Amino acid sequence: MSTRIATAPVVRLLRFDAVQRFVHWINALMFGVLMFTGIPLYFGSFFGVLFPRHVIQEIHLWSGIFVPLPILVSLLGPWGHRMRQDLHRCSYWTRSELRWLRTFGRERINFDKFNPGQKANALFVGAGIIIMWATGYILQWFRFFPVSWREGATVTHDFFAFAFFIIVAGHVVMALSHRDAMVSMLNGKVSEEWAEKNAREWADEELPAK
Amino acid sequence: MVDEFAVNGTKTPVGRRMFLGLLALGAAGVAFGASVQNFVGNKLGSGLASLLPGGDHFRIYSITGTYPSISTTKYRLKVSGLVDQPMTLSYADLQALPSIEIVKAFQCVTGWRVPNVHWKGVPLSHILQMVGAHSGAVAVSFDSYDGADTESLSIDQAHLADVIVAYEMYGATVSREHGGPVRLVVPEMYGYKSLKWLSGIRVMDEQLVGYWEQNGYPVNGWLDGSTGLTNPSPNLS
Repeated sequence: MSTRIATAPVVRLLRFDAVQRFVHWINALMFGVLMFTGIPLYFGSFFGVLFPRHVIQEIHLWSGIFVPLPILVSLLGPWGHRMRQDLHRCSYWTRSELRWLRTFGRERINFDKFNPGQKANALFVGAGIIIMWATGYILQWFRFFPVSWREGATVTHDFFAFAFFIIVAGHVVMALSHRDAMVSMLNGKVSEEWAEKNAREWADEELPAK
Repeated sequence: MVDEFAVNGTKTPVGRRMFLGLLALGAAGVAFGASVQNFVGNKLGSGLASLLPGGDHFRIYSITGTYPSISTTKYRLKVSGLVDQPMTLSYADLQALPSIEIVKAFQCVTGWRVPNVHWKGVPLSHILQMVGAHSGAVAVSFDSYDGADTESLSIDQAHLADVIVAYEMYGATVSREHGGPVRLVVPEMYGYKSLKWLSGIRVMDEQLVGYWEQNGYPVNGWLDGSTGLTNPSPNLS
């Protein structure tokens, strides 16, 4: 490939299809709303600044109820081929990927479509949504649960909320500092060059003819 | 033991295990979170524990969306109903009456709990005796400065020794968001029974159904979940 001439069209690979991009941004919006409304619900003294408490509570409740929906719909429909493929990528790891995560990336490996850190992040977000949903359910419909569960659900909901704030902040910082990766969540594509560098294994799958 | 990663390229469902592990962590949090919180609270002291996410932490609720603002000088508590001598008490009047101090966990019916909350106030039984509540009285109703919240206790519940008209919390005047300057504190019941911004006490010949009870909470909101007029296990921590 060293003889490739400068005018050759840049090969671009589809990293995220339209379904994935749509789900990502609707999810981002819902997370934003949940985090924004969650802060005053936790720190009571913010109340009355913008909206009365019950309005904030309703917004938080309804966004929370529906937050798993876009992901589920995208995964389960006939349109979810790529979502399912990427879920599979996050589920199955090689030994070297695990070692990379354990050594905090000190060991160099050829990355899959997502690096182990990204995979772990996705898994945390997925499990976290289920945990937040379930504990939120207990908090809202507390009458059906013993008081020790309600207490436990409160502690767990708070703890994972705290973790989500850190995770989301980290995600945004990483996105802003990795421009090509972030742009691919807008237009879906990355250059071959980017893929060779950041997702070698995946690039080799996608470009077998080389 | 067979090394399942023997071949470098072999893929195993590590991610799935992480995912299920996280879910198990969440379930454990629900099951044991209360004990962990108590343990951490006891080890660190409740001040430090309150800084941790999920630690001891008051969630401030208000029915009306705002907090009534009443200064200690303007504050008045109206005691009326089936009494020999109706009274209106100021903040200073309350301070001059015999008081007791209580240290007790504040437990909300929705699940959060703040251990070791310090209260100081006048026993409700003393006020009832002072105004001469009639012997035929059945219940006591409470009104709030927020204009919306109401509560009630049976006459026997109202005479429990630790039910107080509280004017101090953690050694200072009860703050506005905690229902100050004066609120009711019913330590053996869920927080919703401890009406905030107390404006009136009425001695009644019937028990009125308060705001939260109209919304489905038990009228007798004992902390152990019993809903009878009297609490079968009155020595809850």
